[in-house]
Parts: sequence; structure tokens; C-alpha cells
Amino acid sequence: MSKRRVVVTGMGMLSPLGNNVESSWANLLEGKSGVDLITHFDTTNFGTKFAAMVKDLDTADYIERKEAKKMDLFIQYGIIAAIQAIRDSGIEITEENAYRIGVAIGSGIGGLGLIEENHTKLMNSGPRKLSPFFVPSTIINMISGHLSIMYGLKGPNISITTACTTGVHNIGQAARMIAYGDADVMVAGGAEKASTQLGIGGFGAARALSSRNDDPQAASRPWDKDRDGFVLGDGAGVMVVEDYEHAKARGAKIYAEIVGFGMSGDAYHMTSPPADGDGAARSMLNAINDAQINPEQIGYINAHGTSTPTGDKAETAAVKRVFGHHAGKVMVSSSKSMIGHLLGAAGSVESIITAMSLVDQKVSPTINLDNPDEGCDLDYVPHVARDVQLEYALCNSFGFGGTNGTLLFKKM
Amino acid sequence: MSIEDRVTKIVIEQLGVKEEEVKSEASFVDDLGADSLDTVELVMALEEEFDTEIPDDEAEKITTVQSAVDYIKAHAE
Repeated sequence: MSKRRVVVTGMGMLSPLGNNVESSWANLLEGKSGVDLITHFDTTNFGTKFAAMVKDLDTADYIERKEAKKMDLFIQYGIIAAIQAIRDSGIEITEENAYRIGVAIGSGIGGLGLIEENHTKLMNSGPRKLSPFFVPSTIINMISGHLSIMYGLKGPNISITTACTTGVHNIGQAARMIAYGDADVMVAGGAEKASTQLGIGGFGAARALSSRNDDPQAASRPWDKDRDGFVLGDGAGVMVVEDYEHAKARGAKIYAEIVGFGMSGDAYHMTSPPADGDGAARSMLNAINDAQINPEQIGYINAHGTSTPTGDKAETAAVKRVFGHHAGKVMVSSSKSMIGHLLGAAGSVESIITAMSLVDQKVSPTINLDNPDEGCDLDYVPHVARDVQLEYALCNSFGFGGTNGTLLFKKM
Repeated sequence: MSIEDRVTKIVIEQLGVKEEEVKSEASFVDDLGADSLDTVELVMALEEEFDTEIPDDEAEKITTVQSAVDYIKAHAE
């Protein structure tokens, strides 16, 4: 069976820099930071007192209040981004095509906030006070579930959970399903709301977070020698991916083509990558081989670039291994310098950013990169966005457990 | 506030319905769009508001606005 071509026809986003794709992308190009001090809980005893949160969102614009009460915020974020993407795609869902439209939206962690709330109820008042909606309001596949119910989407309904690679894996597998013929259209991506006490406390305990409390907006500084961990971010990114012929037949606008998808496992450590970036390199190579192009054709990498001491160096090593003498010519920037690390939403939000780079022929910068660390000598697009000529761009995500994913997008 | 008014307020809040829909004979499931989990949560909200515990076999009988009011009048406050 020959593979069907897959394109992106709709996009939706909630990010620390805006509550849609347009405003988020504009702020990314301006090099703004979406990081702020946390005010929604008392951070007195926490080593990290800041995160990159979604702001000024009225969920009632998208979800009925009665329904929203039954959903952790990560579910609401995912649904809102998906509604934006579906509206943007212009796809009309009918009785005839509903069976060929599916959903693949995941989350790295799920409903931490409501897990905390219900656990407190359990401890204080006993099991009778647990909400009957506790389980369905916190489990990861409920974004996919709710969307299928809201829109009558009867195609594949899944949620891949692979920590910080969740977004890329969901979009990549959704694209594969279309290429293989399981569906004609997939609504795919990831969502996260982990800036809760357990999230900030847990990642803090794992020594993964920056603790630059005196200057939060300078805390996410990928490849800079003074980086000290990542900044947790909240939000969601969802793409409508579609069979190319199907999109063409209905006259859809097309943002980009997904020409390659690669995956790999590190088989190394729970939370650290190997110094040589072996798994990351194989993930990129698998995507490039899937697309059957040469690395030299790739002009931009939207990096995983978390601002952790080991991760940034490993990804740099991986880029050098994949691109060889071309490594110095490919632009590599980290959106996380501005929006923080959105965990399960990172790969999908950054896939949208990568697609926008191809559409607008502009690359968003890596902010806070004042003094590149030793060995970090690629073109990280420091501080200022660039006008570029791009044909192909990669988007990398690497997750706890040693799970890697890379998507390769092509300009249409 | 009367028991009727307090029950009505909780029903509006829990089921997201309009005040004029909450008639005494209205059924939570048939008239007010509740599903089985909504009714469980509604009973929990009544327990909270009236500081009482409603056993499961009694809770099953609370299916309309009036039956909720009757139960509260007979058992709480």
C-alpha cells in the first residue's frame, strides 16, 4: 500500500503567550516571556515560585459552565485548543464523514489539580465526599472522549502518554493513521496544566526546575551557561491533520505537510538523556529517513531545548551527529525560552510554531541566551527573530523514560 | 431563605438550568437534563447545604425537586 500524504489544515493553541495561535506566534516573534510568579497557591515552602501560566482565559467562551465543572483544567485547555483547530480547519462533520474523523490528544500527567483537591476531601471528610466526576475529570484520555461526544467524531479515539514527547507522538501517530488509511482527518495534540503544588513540588524534588526566583523571566535560558533547569508551562496545542487529497477536494487551506515522523528510546536513565544524544539523534534520523530527504535540506529545528544542564548539551551533540558539517548552518531555537516547558503539550504547541515558521518564513528566537555554554556552539537564533527561507523544518521532543519523537514538516 | 429556595438554588448551580425550569414537579433526569452522575453530585450538594447524610437507598428516591424538598423537611434541620 502506498502511503497517503498528510497535511495540517487547522491549528489551535493556548499558551503562556496568548490564548490562540495568532497572538502566541506574534509574541514569540517579539521574543516575549510568558513566565510569572505563581499566585494561585502559597509558594512559601517551594524552591521554585514561578511558572508560565495561561492567562485571562474565559473557558465559558467555549465550554458550558456545568460541563467545565466536570473537567480538570488540562481537559478544558485541550478542548479549547481543539475547538479552535476544528473551526480553523473549516471541516464540516456530517453523518457520512464522522466515521473517518478521529481524535488523538494526550497529556503528560493528567488532572493533577483535581487529584490534589479530591485527595484533600478524602483525607478530611472521607470517601463519601469524593465527587462522582473525580475519575472522569482527571484521566488523560478525556479530552479525546469529550471531543468525540461534542462533535460526534466516530473515528479512532486515542491518547498517547509519553511525558514530554506526548504532543509529538500524538500528532505523528495521527499522521500515520491517515497515511495508513484508518482515518481521513485526525484532531491531534496535547494539553497540560501541571503548575499545581504536586507538579511544582514534584519536578522541584527531581531537581528539574529552575529556581531563579529573583528573575523568573530570565529563568528559561536554553544553552546559556547560567541555566539551572526548566520552567514549567501550561497550555495546549492541537492540529487538524488530514489526508492531502481529502483537504484538496474540500478546498481547505493547508499550513504545511507532515513528511516525516521518527521515534526512538534511549534505554539509558529515567530522567536524563545520554551525553552523546544517541536517542535524540536516532529520532531525528528516523524522521529524515521517513521523509526520504537529506539533512542538508532542513533549515530549522524547533528544539526540545528545555534549559536543563544535561538535556541542552545532549540535543546539541545529537544535532551535530545528524547534520555533520551542515550542523552550523541549521537554525536551532527553543520556544521554551519564552513559554516554558509545557510537558505533554510542548510537542504539539511547538509543532504549530514550526508550521508557522514555514508559513511565515520567520523563525522565533531563543531568548536569555547571553553566554552560550561550552560545547553549545550551534546557531540558536539568540534574542531576535529572523526572516528566513525555509523548505523543511524539524520539531523535537524528548521525555522522561527516554522516549523521543521528531516531526518533519514541509512548506506547502 | 426557605428550604424550597435553597434546594432550587442548588439545582440551578449543579445542573446549570434556569430558575424558571426548576418547578417542584420537575424530574432531574427527564426534565432538567441530569445523568446518573449528576444526580449523585446533586445529592452530595444537598448533604453539604443541609449538613445531613442521605443514605444511598433514600438518595435513589430523590428524583424530583419536590422529593428533595420533602426529604429535607422530614430529615434535616
